[in-house]
Amino acid sequence: MLRSERFRNLLYQALLLAAVVGIGWYLFSNTQHNLQTRQIQTGFDYLSREAGFEIAEKQIEYQSSDSYGRAFLVGLGNTLLVAGIGVILATLLGTLVGIARLSPNWLLSKIASSYVEVMRNVPLLLQLFVWYGLFTELLPSVNEAIAFGDWLFISQRGFRYAWPAEHPAWSAVGWGLLAGIALAFGWKSLARRRQLRTGLQWPVAWPSVLLIAGVPLLAWALMGAPTEIDRPVLEGFDFQGGRVLSPEFAALVIGLSTYTAAFIAEVVRAGIMAVDRGQTEASMALGLSPGQRLRLVTLPQALRVIIPPMTSQYLNLTKNSSLAVAIGYPELVAVSNTTMNQTGQAIEAIALLMAVYLAISLAISAFMNWYNNRVRLIER
Amino acid sequence: MADTLSDTRSVSSAPPTTSAGPLSWLKKNLFSTPTNSLLTVLTLAVLAWIVPPALDWLVFKAVWGPQPLAACDAVRGQGACWAVVWEKFRFMMFGVYPFDQQWRPALVIGILVSLLVISGIRWFWRPSLAAIWAVGIILSYWLMSGGLGLSPVRTEQWGGLPVTLILSIFGIGFAFPLGILLALGRRSSLPVIRSFSVVYIEVVRGVPLITVLFMASVMFALFLPERMRIDQLLRAQVAIILFVAAYLAEAVRGGLQAVPKGQVEAAQALGLSYWTIMRKIVLPQALKISIPPIVNSFISLFKDTSLVVIIAIYDFAYAVKKSVETDFSWKKYFIEAFLFSIVIYWIFCFAMSQYSQWLERDLARNTQR
Amino acid sequence: MNATTPLSAGTAATAIEITGLSKWFGQFQALRNVDLTVTRGERIVVCGPSGSGKSTLIRCINRLEPHQQGRIVVNGTELTDDLRNIEAVRSDVGMVFQQFNLFPHLTVLENCTLAPIWVKKRSKTEADATAMRFLERVRIAEQAPKYPSQLSGGQQQRVAIARALCMNPSIMLFDEPTSALDPEMVKEVLDTMLDLARDGMTMICVTHEMGFARAVADRVIFMDRGEIVEQNTPEAFFSNPQSERSKQFLHHVLDRYEDLG
Repeated sequence: MLRSERFRNLLYQALLLAAVVGIGWYLFSNTQHNLQTRQIQTGFDYLSREAGFEIAEKQIEYQSSDSYGRAFLVGLGNTLLVAGIGVILATLLGTLVGIARLSPNWLLSKIASSYVEVMRNVPLLLQLFVWYGLFTELLPSVNEAIAFGDWLFISQRGFRYAWPAEHPAWSAVGWGLLAGIALAFGWKSLARRRQLRTGLQWPVAWPSVLLIAGVPLLAWALMGAPTEIDRPVLEGFDFQGGRVLSPEFAALVIGLSTYTAAFIAEVVRAGIMAVDRGQTEASMALGLSPGQRLRLVTLPQALRVIIPPMTSQYLNLTKNSSLAVAIGYPELVAVSNTTMNQTGQAIEAIALLMAVYLAISLAISAFMNWYNNRVRLIER
Repeated sequence: MADTLSDTRSVSSAPPTTSAGPLSWLKKNLFSTPTNSLLTVLTLAVLAWIVPPALDWLVFKAVWGPQPLAACDAVRGQGACWAVVWEKFRFMMFGVYPFDQQWRPALVIGILVSLLVISGIRWFWRPSLAAIWAVGIILSYWLMSGGLGLSPVRTEQWGGLPVTLILSIFGIGFAFPLGILLALGRRSSLPVIRSFSVVYIEVVRGVPLITVLFMASVMFALFLPERMRIDQLLRAQVAIILFVAAYLAEAVRGGLQAVPKGQVEAAQALGLSYWTIMRKIVLPQALKISIPPIVNSFISLFKDTSLVVIIAIYDFAYAVKKSVETDFSWKKYFIEAFLFSIVIYWIFCFAMSQYSQWLERDLARNTQR
Repeated sequence: MNATTPLSAGTAATAIEITGLSKWFGQFQALRNVDLTVTRGERIVVCGPSGSGKSTLIRCINRLEPHQQGRIVVNGTELTDDLRNIEAVRSDVGMVFQQFNLFPHLTVLENCTLAPIWVKKRSKTEADATAMRFLERVRIAEQAPKYPSQLSGGQQQRVAIARALCMNPSIMLFDEPTSALDPEMVKEVLDTMLDLARDGMTMICVTHEMGFARAVADRVIFMDRGEIVEQNTPEAFFSNPQSERSKQFLHHVLDRYEDLG
């Protein structure tokens, strides 16, 4: 019976199961005992208890009298904000650098490759320290802030900028922007349909720009054209009014973006290089213009190669945002850390933390798999 | 109609424009089209604006060598104070390791770096490499912690560059067998083993290293019985090993997939057992193919060890940070200290990434069919 | 002298006029002082050992390679750096590549309609109709909704020929169209090219297929080391090569054919 393969397979699996369960049980009972001895509570009730600590930056309303649960949500909001902005900036910068690396201009291409080789080979944490140090130590104090007119002040306390004052017109502008974008897409599809029918091509670029800029402008004008601006004014020890980008936020976003951009640059470069030279030649031979070549032949093929590693970089950026705890930006990990220290309930806090990151990772992976399947080149 | 040329040797002439020489190189690479020329001019302008003042601060007006604080204060704002590196060098390199015993961590740095270099040389890609690693690791551990003739030094006193090297090299060393097992497990047909491997790999890869380090520093104490006390460094090391194993598993998985199925089938037909097939046929090929992604994992790990700053372990990054933070008079020169640490990290990582790229090209060349 | 006159289809008898063409790759001279005149409806086969410049020559005709010296005039338009001239020439000259170079992310039909829609500004229905016509002509119409990777090499090359034809070129260039094909698929592609030749298309074909040359060509051009060594009718060239180099070349190539029976 020992020689039967089926038996052996079952045996191995049973052994592994026993080992996992055994070790798990051992750890679990130890934990129970230790928690009891140290009189640490268990369970997630702490989430409804009062947090008692302030959070410097928040996207939703929060006070120290709010619960730990709410504090957690504030941290989550900050994480998503940083990750979102970071992803956008990193993609823009990374794509530019990647294309620059392929440029026939020697100077541009060398600068781009130096950028990649430097940023990729230095730990992100150190880069964050340097950015943070630059923003807090090297920038002047509030009294001697670098001023751009009276609408931007740069100092140790961050970037203080003027912003339009509260007015209903501005939310209308926001809606106008969305409407403009939707109309631009509509125009594009209308033009395409006409082209398929008659062969004539309506211009798409200029009308889109006009719509995206014009509709919000129209909304602004119709709602009263408010021009009042909330300007930062130095009062006492700090500015009042206007909006602020804290040095922590600025350091985190700039550090994350510039670091991830270096990796994205390589991904974009590999994608474009993966498109066979013959494709370009065939499209040239058919008489397509360089713009048409890029749009219809090169980019569709390059994107297929680019998207999977690109999403993996987005994942890394989101995970790397956890480094914010080292420079004091109150995102998820930092908030959880404070919670952990105050309640002593490390297990629940860390478990919650890991669960959230896991959820984000799985969501991004699922998207990638879906996209991959949709655009897979049909094989024989 | 016949049309022929004489059969005398054809005469070649030189191309019409100067296709050699610096002038034509400039024309081709920098000024080939109007847009290109514009870009070149703009870039040169920006460079001219940034580079001279930067060089001034970094090199020409900077204070080099073991100078006193006053010399640095004198050029504050105009020149970098590299003297801070000389001043704090021992601390940055070795942390709070006992001063007179610092030859030991210095030796450990040498041993571990040699381990890396040896592993890169093809000739050593054979099973005995594992033995070399084992010897290197044991030797380093002995030198750092003492006992058997050397005065003992507690792990709380270890610090600086040796800790960074230890965390990364021990990390990948111990994670390697675990990673291989996970990769094999993921491809296994046995459902329990496969699910365990998949869950492990996906969970570990989905969370940031910081959370794993937190888990290690805070939760390990709860997991183990009271009497057992594990020191901080060991906890961090175990966390790193468990973390890297998941990434190594994915790197090795690619290699396993690349080994043609026919080889396994031929071996099975010959009557070889699973483990023999793995050991003698599949793994040697799979690992060879996986080496570039494995090297990349190591480079990432080397950079990620800096995160132990968060749990207050004295690696190189933390030592550098502490060296200027705690000394009030030198504190304002933290930028120079950070730049120094950045340069050291960069040298290591750049060297390894160049090696990885060279290796990829080399392997691709030799496996062309 | 920039001739920006529109292509005068049908009036001029000369399709291609090449005078004193020289091209360098860096320091290496790939084409030396080549003169060539191609009349409308003429079928030319260019042969020669590798490195002789035959591919470079035809790639210069649609400006896939720029030339440094000499003149190339295609259907009355001179090929210079002027983009409009280049685009005008490319719309009128079709090219078939050794590696097919079909667009893998588009179906066979979309491959054929891409350029007519975007360059000639045809409507989709018109472009589809033209495409199906030519796909039928190369006997591959049933594969229209498939993707290139689902087809065999011979089928892909026939699609490539149809794709080029959809632009209604007056001249077709073939760069070793059968060299990348398995032997059993060479015939189907050569038959398609034969059909094309019988319909009066001006063709320049770089190939090693001597049987094709004998069946179709009005003129065989032998190139070696960047220059035209000999040009003649196929019968004259194959039975009575004049230069030593041609004799050597034919010896090697025809030997191979004779061995294969």
